[in-house]
Amino acid sequence: MLTKRIIPCLDVKDGSVVKGTNFVNLQYAGDPVELAKRYNEEGADELVFLDITASVEKRRTIVDLVRRVAAEVFIPFTVGGGIGSVEEIQEILAAGADKVSLNTAAVKNPALIAEASKRFGSQAIVVAIDAKKKPGMDTSEGKTGTQPFLWEVFVNGGRTPTGLDAVEWARNAESMGAGEILLTSMDCDGTKNGFDLGLCKEVTSAVNIPVIASGGAGKSEDFADAFAKGGADAALAASLFHYNELAISTVKECCAKQGIPMRCVQ
Amino acid sequence: MIAIIDYGAGNIASVRNALQKLGIESKATCDPEEILAAERVILPGVGSFGFLMQSLRQKGLDEALLQSINKGTPFLGICLGMQALFECSEESPGIAGLGVFKGKVVRFQKGKVPQIGWNQVEPKKDGGLLERGYAYFVNSYYCAPSEPAIVAGATDYFGDFACAIQKENITAVQFHPEKSGDWGLDLLKRWAEC
Repeated sequence: MLTKRIIPCLDVKDGSVVKGTNFVNLQYAGDPVELAKRYNEEGADELVFLDITASVEKRRTIVDLVRRVAAEVFIPFTVGGGIGSVEEIQEILAAGADKVSLNTAAVKNPALIAEASKRFGSQAIVVAIDAKKKPGMDTSEGKTGTQPFLWEVFVNGGRTPTGLDAVEWARNAESMGAGEILLTSMDCDGTKNGFDLGLCKEVTSAVNIPVIASGGAGKSEDFADAFAKGGADAALAASLFHYNELAISTVKECCAKQGIPMRCVQ
Repeated sequence: MIAIIDYGAGNIASVRNALQKLGIESKATCDPEEILAAERVILPGVGSFGFLMQSLRQKGLDEALLQSINKGTPFLGICLGMQALFECSEESPGIAGLGVFKGKVVRFQKGKVPQIGWNQVEPKKDGGLLERGYAYFVNSYYCAPSEPAIVAGATDYFGDFACAIQKENITAVQFHPEKSGDWGLDLLKRWAEC
């Protein structure tokens, strides 16, 4: 049976892992390759690198990082963060990444999803959606007939609202050729109170491609809930794993005990 | 020297990286002469069945591959490189595969398609290269061989399918050993040394 995936996310800037500087009990804190190796040994099923470099050197440093990771780590990994063209995707995949995730650029130009998935295959194109619950909706007279929705898509690192319904956008992304949805709840992100199961369930019911739940994980049970209640195919966390608050193996054992299929190593 | 067939679409970098990590020499090539001269041949594959077959034919690689297989050179097909061994695929109607084995390639009828992630591999042959474990899969289609005897491994995705085949000098796997962690690297090593 296909197992559910646990995916650590590493934020990288100028080729180094940003949150890595505060790591405890870790020999090579900021080096993405060493961290990727450690996560591989701990049983991570995949890795996501989110590039937050803002400099003009961005492209060169990320391609170099991809090349170094691909030479040492033999599990799939995705690269995201400001990717906006087929040429950039081509360069990152050729350097050894398995997938790229598109966010702002996909919203601004949905045709990019179609173009990229046609050229590189859907399996290489992840569409990342940052969703935020809408405040009280207007259902007053004259507004009926407009379809109210609960979660709005934000772009530019969560700074810019788009007016798009997150569930509808996920459906569109699938029809354009996205191979997976990386779904981040902005409301839950950083709270450690668990994933947004409502959002997760809505999106997993709306599409027939895998959905990666992200934002809010605080304990092992949260992951189990994302799979069992939210219907997620994979779950992602960053700081939780970075700071050694929770071991990947602990999460997997907890989920396995609840009857969720997991790849438990050793 | 292991020849990795470079037909223009497959992500051969991952396979090369994995072999390099194992200290095994390999060369990416689309030269039929080099393929015929190689001690071992790997056909990796990402993309569509039709694109792979057309690319192989345009470059004259289909004949080289068949000759290499027929003279007993150890062959490893990965993902689409496994599917190419069969007669045809539902993915690309009307396009013939290499036809080394009888049977066709069919689409998953249940669950999310493509299957993406780690799934369990159950060996079906004693003394084969395959060991029980988890492998990384990305596939919408799978091989349905007519001869059950060639099936070396099975995986359950809403029903069992052939995730590996083995017959004489031919080994082929639906999953990606180059992306299946240490388990996958070990398998590549055993194949390169067998």
